[in-house]
Amino acid sequence: MLNTHFKKALSAAVLSTAAAGSAQAATEISWWHAMGGQLGETVNTISKDFNASQSSCVIKPTYKGSYEEAMTAGIAAFRARQSPNIIQIFDAGAATIINAPGAAYPVADLLRENGQTFDSQDYIAGVRNFYADAEGKMIGMPFNASTPVLYYNKALLEKAGVKPPKTWEEFEAIAPKLKDAGVIALSQSHTPWIFSENFHSRHNLQLSDANNGFSGVATEIKYNNPEMIRHFDKMKSWKDNGWYGYYGSNWGDNRTPFEKKEVAMWLGSSGSFGGLKTTAKFDFGTTYLPYWNSITQGKEYNTFIGGAALFAFSGKDKAQNTCTADFFAYMSAPKTQVFWHKETGYVPITKAAYEAAQAEGYYNREPSAEVGIQQLSLPGGEWTKGYRLGFYVQIRDVMKREYDKLFNGDIDAAQAFSTIEAEGDKLLGKFAKTLGKQNVAKN
Amino acid sequence: MKKQQFQHSALPYFLIAPQLLIILIFFVWPALQSVQLSLYLEDPWGLSSTFVGLDNYTDALSSDYYHQSALFTLIFSSAVTFFSLALALLLAVKADKVIHAQTSYKILLIWPYAVAPAVAGLIGIFLFDSHVGPLYHLLNQLWAFDHKLDPTDATLALILMSVWKQISINFVYFLAGLQSIPRAVKEAAAIDCQSSFKRFWSIDFPLLAPTTFFLLVINITYAFFETFGIIDTLTRGAPGGETTSLVYKVYRDGFIGADLGGSSAQSVILMVFVMALTVVQFRFIERKIHY
Repeated sequence: MLNTHFKKALSAAVLSTAAAGSAQAATEISWWHAMGGQLGETVNTISKDFNASQSSCVIKPTYKGSYEEAMTAGIAAFRARQSPNIIQIFDAGAATIINAPGAAYPVADLLRENGQTFDSQDYIAGVRNFYADAEGKMIGMPFNASTPVLYYNKALLEKAGVKPPKTWEEFEAIAPKLKDAGVIALSQSHTPWIFSENFHSRHNLQLSDANNGFSGVATEIKYNNPEMIRHFDKMKSWKDNGWYGYYGSNWGDNRTPFEKKEVAMWLGSSGSFGGLKTTAKFDFGTTYLPYWNSITQGKEYNTFIGGAALFAFSGKDKAQNTCTADFFAYMSAPKTQVFWHKETGYVPITKAAYEAAQAEGYYNREPSAEVGIQQLSLPGGEWTKGYRLGFYVQIRDVMKREYDKLFNGDIDAAQAFSTIEAEGDKLLGKFAKTLGKQNVAKN
Repeated sequence: MKKQQFQHSALPYFLIAPQLLIILIFFVWPALQSVQLSLYLEDPWGLSSTFVGLDNYTDALSSDYYHQSALFTLIFSSAVTFFSLALALLLAVKADKVIHAQTSYKILLIWPYAVAPAVAGLIGIFLFDSHVGPLYHLLNQLWAFDHKLDPTDATLALILMSVWKQISINFVYFLAGLQSIPRAVKEAAAIDCQSSFKRFWSIDFPLLAPTTFFLLVINITYAFFETFGIIDTLTRGAPGGETTSLVYKVYRDGFIGADLGGSSAQSVILMVFVMALTVVQFRFIERKIHY
């Protein structure tokens, strides 16, 4: 009895080794990502479909934790010369990899040199610039791109007899009515992303020196400006009036009250759309991120993206690079992009994919899903392309820290921003120093 | 006079060699590497590095945030060490006296030891959740408790979870210590002194001193280093960065922020501090202990 079991197990082992042996004809490439939960399942589906679509390449996606953890894992692997073929790196980490000479194989070169066509003009504007170098050459392949939008609970707004605000002036007019209706008007997740970085782009304000870090290594952060201070002073007073809910620096803590109908409007990511549809048990709408009419004088500017891009590591052999290029081409194809867009709410990264989604009538059924991409396509200004700042993960930590203190009432907005400026400049200076002499001149 | 020397083979050296090798490879070598790294500013990818001397040290030591984190570490570690020792001792004394169902009490008290710090932090997330957490609601009725916004409340939440996790191991040692006190001594004391409280402080507690000293050392180490997992899951150093312990800051700056030089300098400072603490513990406290 035992003997037959053993024999079966043995033959199964032999068979599976044989199967693995025959599959070795295909080149295997690895992809480290930070997409957990429902997003991770969608990543796996895309990988499986890619593997099924051809026989020469096999992609193996691996979940490496949060954005920060995935980036850390990629850096450690690169230092140990064990890097994967593809790594997903988030917006705040972009400068870290783009400024590292020779770490990434620029996607524009990778595709052209490995049998694919590439034209950066195929990508929508807000996506095209963010992961490109000073000359506009795309280094990273945009993958999950999102932008901040305003979600609102239709029933709660109707109950208070108000419409979603276009500007912050309008918000100040409707917030008291929502308070009378027994709810907090607004909460938001990720204050550094929405109310600091994108606040600058929405109002066309300069964010750092060296052309927001695109034309060189930035050493001065420009958050300590009257517009920001005024905005955060306002927010503090909104919070004191019971119009604004601040539930800490965690993403989820600020989103939950909206899902529980305690808060009428929530500023989040357009990429939250897919998830919200399953967690929020009410009818919600989406609209643009409000702006201060008093700052822009009636003009409104585009926001830029958050989320992450895929970077190909350099130093891989030709066969693997060809597979990586094949996969990037597959991933940015309209069919895959439309699938990803509909499953997750992240925006389609190419014009062709956007048109394909329009053509099949997706936005007639889900008008809210189009808001993010429309906002990204608004006319841009001088400072609306995004930013490229080193040690930015730590700078965001400083912001989170100071915003907590501000909303606790420990400090005021002017103090918060002078600390952010001092510590931010110090970190930027330190980052410039780590680059040494190597590539400052090149930028 | 001829010097007396025992003759012995090389065997003992051979036998401890693997342990020494492990210490060299996993402790001494990395420690030396971080000393070296702390003098450089290196880009995250290891492509280039610049010698900056003691800049990383002066940066850390002159930063307000570093001072704040040092203060938090001291307050937090003292509270965790004190409460986990005191409560474990109390429970051990009580459990030692119970006659019925002693085994089940012991098992229940030892249980949390199997929980990893990060898991304790996750349990904390549920207990302190503002919508479903029972502890949140309990504390919220006493005062406007909110560990997401109030640094004191966040510190309290961290202390509660860290102490809970550590009590069980202390309990095991204290109980074993109490049970090893000779019955004759206890009986003699009972004849001489009516007050059980006084008996405890004058007989049991001094006899427990070696155990207490050992536990003090491991609890300080725990509070300093192992609570890292609880902080990372429960508060992530927020609000206002005021629950960032020195070890957690090393992790945030080095692993998440990719600032290797700065983070190495901080870890060297910690290393020196812990060495000093160890010397103090063994020179001044251990002398007072009678085995």
